[in-house]
Amino acid sequence: MLPDLEPEALVVLLERMIVARRFEEELIELAGDRDIGHFHVYIGQESTGIPALSLLEQGDLSFTNHRNHGHLIARGAEPGPMYAEILGRATGYCRGKGGTLHLASAEHGFPTTSSVTSGCIPLAVGAGMGLQRLGSDRVSVCLVGDGALEEGAWHESANIAAMERLPVVFLCENNSLEALGQRAGEYPSSTMAASDLTELASVFGIESVAIDGLDTRAAHQTMTEAVHRARSGGGPTFIEARTVRWPGNRPIWPELATGKTDLSMAWDASLIRPEHAIWHREQDGLLGFVRELLDSGCVTSDAALGLDKRATERVREGLAFALDSPYPEPEEALEHVFAPRGD
Amino acid sequence: MTKTIRYIDAISSVLRQELERDDDVFILGEDVSYGGPFGATAGLSASFGPTRVIDTPISEGAVMGLAVGAALSGRRPIVEVMFADFVTLAMDQLVNHAAKIRYMTDGQLSVPMTIRVQGGVGGGFGAQHSQSLEAWFLHVPGLKVVAPSSVKDAAGLLVAAIRDDDPVVYLEHRGLYWTKGLGASDETPTPIGTAAVVRSGSDVTVVAVSRMVGVAVSAAEKLAEDDIDVEVLDLRSVAPIDWATVDESVRRTRRLVVVHEAVVTGGLGAELVAGVHATAFEALISPAVRVGAPWAPVPASPFLECLYAPDTDDVIAAVLKTLHER
Amino acid sequence: MPRMLYAEAVVEVLRRSVEGDDRVHLMGQYFLGLTPHRTMVGDLYRQYPDRVYFPPIAELGYVGAGIGAAIAGLRPIVDCATASFTFQAFAQILNEAANIHYMSGGQTSVPMVIHYNHGVRGGGAAQHSHSPQAMMWNTPGLEIITPSNPADLIGLVLTAVASDNPTIWVDHVRLFDIEGEVPENIEPIPFGRASIPREGTDLTIFASSWMVRRSLEAAELLASEGISVEVVDPRTLVPLDEEAILRSVAKTGRLLVVDECHLRCGVGSEIAATVAEHAYGDLLAPIRRLATLDVPVPFSPPLEQYVEPTTAKILAAARSVTGVQSGA
Repeated sequence: MLPDLEPEALVVLLERMIVARRFEEELIELAGDRDIGHFHVYIGQESTGIPALSLLEQGDLSFTNHRNHGHLIARGAEPGPMYAEILGRATGYCRGKGGTLHLASAEHGFPTTSSVTSGCIPLAVGAGMGLQRLGSDRVSVCLVGDGALEEGAWHESANIAAMERLPVVFLCENNSLEALGQRAGEYPSSTMAASDLTELASVFGIESVAIDGLDTRAAHQTMTEAVHRARSGGGPTFIEARTVRWPGNRPIWPELATGKTDLSMAWDASLIRPEHAIWHREQDGLLGFVRELLDSGCVTSDAALGLDKRATERVREGLAFALDSPYPEPEEALEHVFAPRGD
Repeated sequence: MTKTIRYIDAISSVLRQELERDDDVFILGEDVSYGGPFGATAGLSASFGPTRVIDTPISEGAVMGLAVGAALSGRRPIVEVMFADFVTLAMDQLVNHAAKIRYMTDGQLSVPMTIRVQGGVGGGFGAQHSQSLEAWFLHVPGLKVVAPSSVKDAAGLLVAAIRDDDPVVYLEHRGLYWTKGLGASDETPTPIGTAAVVRSGSDVTVVAVSRMVGVAVSAAEKLAEDDIDVEVLDLRSVAPIDWATVDESVRRTRRLVVVHEAVVTGGLGAELVAGVHATAFEALISPAVRVGAPWAPVPASPFLECLYAPDTDDVIAAVLKTLHER
Repeated sequence: MPRMLYAEAVVEVLRRSVEGDDRVHLMGQYFLGLTPHRTMVGDLYRQYPDRVYFPPIAELGYVGAGIGAAIAGLRPIVDCATASFTFQAFAQILNEAANIHYMSGGQTSVPMVIHYNHGVRGGGAAQHSHSPQAMMWNTPGLEIITPSNPADLIGLVLTAVASDNPTIWVDHVRLFDIEGEVPENIEPIPFGRASIPREGTDLTIFASSWMVRRSLEAAELLASEGISVEVVDPRTLVPLDEEAILRSVAKTGRLLVVDECHLRCGVGSEIAATVAEHAYGDLLAPIRRLATLDVPVPFSPPLEQYVEPTTAKILAAARSVTGVQSGA
């Protein structure tokens, strides 16, 4: 279902979701032409991250993991400096120091990305503690996948967050359905004995809820409530968003397994081919969102295509900017080990 | 009859061989039944089943501790740590338990486990996936540490590690996985604690480890064109260090360069130079030079990453320094 | 000039830090270990309950939380109690705190202090006697302070708290009963400035933390044997005042490094290698390293003393390096 927002706001979400989608598709294509290192794409999870994170405000902090491109785009980061960072150029948000695994934009509320699974959890909880102790009403959002809950850091940090009633929102995007390492029919995954991830949080007394990752209304609604709870001193919330892992994410390196997204499939089912038909019909949250917006009259198919064109242009401009950007000077490899000292 | 294989194949072969040879041997780690991210364990699950090749959750601390416990109960576990940097999540179990139990129990118990760790620079993986941490492991009494650079040693040292009754950290460099060499025709272990002279020379000793051995050899070949005769030692065993071989070489050449990919400060090179200095002080006719990464995390940008790790030119410059300084 | 115990100085600098900056919060409660002095910390905590956090037994979680809190604008001083417990938090200290400023291209800072009590404390045995600073030194991105007297402690910690970088505050329970002069209006001590608590001409002893006290004790005894010892106390391992060490070696020509980290790849190795590289021509004798032996630390007192760098060992090593036979 659609979030409870004005049509203009819904259209903004749509455009962001398309930007996030095209960003990843261009990246995968680029990787086919040249070696850009290992990266992870957010395809298939836009319907969770975009509606949830777009409602965060200036000063709210978010700590994410290796699957971070969609998260940054959700909070307004630009394709150009993002691509530049992924490609190690001087114009990247981190001037090439971090790459995709450590994308950070303090301006957009992403102080650091940790790519040690669960690395971001204590950081997010601590940021929540810092904000609380400073008397701020800003919140700290912890963005993890289901795998991170296997680590001891989850247990320790969730306990602390609960005991201290910290202003933290844990958004766990569980994309383990049909993931590598999972045998068919097992859920959440074959390396987690708990069958309900929300119980791993509720056992500490943390408000916990599971949502369908394709339900943009649920993502927006639960996040709104969680942020409100955090801002008003009500403590942490755990949201588990359950999604199906995009087929292109099953190999170790992402592939355009379902082809480049054709938005017209949202209104013209005859375009859907048998292979990956289920994905296109039922599991692609972007197509699902477009269908809902069409049904509600918020957009027309022409408008959707227009947004797609604009989003695609923005993404391609960003990529061209990045590819044209210089590499950093070699000596920069030694800079920013330390912050400048006062003495 | 030996044939040419890749470094990673040598590892896979030995794992298979040891699983066959000894029912107590078993493998555990993340995604090992799928071969792991680089394929080292590919096919083993199909042959030996889920009780000998165990996929673990993403729980390095628990898994390391589990392996220690299994070793104490009589099994012979091989733990795969996907990236060296993740060993940090298991440090307490490795340092406070695996390394210490034999000692604390006055020898009543031993911990026969192998910890395979993949690490090093390459692929633009960035600061949390590219570290070389041999200095940490060398610093922990009770751990043996090996770092093969050749295909043959990849096999021989792995056999030795698995059959050793103490915890052995086996350091793999992903930049070496695809290098080719002659595989061994038999299952002879390479003794832990022995270095190898990979190139004889008389003017300067270059001690190198892991991926830097190849870099040192390339540097030696270039220097030979200018009639500078470099001896390259592949350390192979980081703990214990083969001081006899290092010492003998330095006493002969009277000059020392040490090269490793890890950060220089507090690195393996510090131990090598300090040790040589203590025992072969009079032999050295110029200061020893250490070559390693600068004091900075590993940058992600492939351009910066290339410049970060030492290369042939760095080794050449270091050798020339030992020749020109007194 | 007022004198105070080192343990009192610990509480004093914590107090000054908490009172001097609203953003300073204390996490953890074992700054003074389980020594009798620990009640003094309790007094401070009772006075400022809003500035103190008592974490669960979750080093990875709460040290990481300290990092996150620093990112969000606090200036936490996080206590890990015994240095051996830092291994539980290694992933957060070395993969996060050390790296964040760099990985973010300078956008994000981690202004925190991590405190621990290291080394042989007497009966700590293998799992409670570590000195992990040699490992932390190998990972770029952490400042490391090693005070050895009350005045330096206060000066260094003031700088550590003001620093925007993650700083490791290396402490030792055996220092707690040391008494020293502390100037009334003590200033923050800049990092990277070694001190020379004793000047001499025959031998340089480089020592840090508790080993400074033992080295000074040994130096006093050696003086009566006609051996003039200069003691160099780095005060900070990162940044390291290399110049001070090299100047001293240029003067004396002999170096003995005394450190409580294990010998293999310990602090001593790096100091020795650095001097070997840069002051090679000044050396009259091989560099000696005295460190905790490369075995886990045993429990029984005679075994423990056998492995740690005792004053007796320092005396023997000094005599050996200077070629003077013990005639005492």
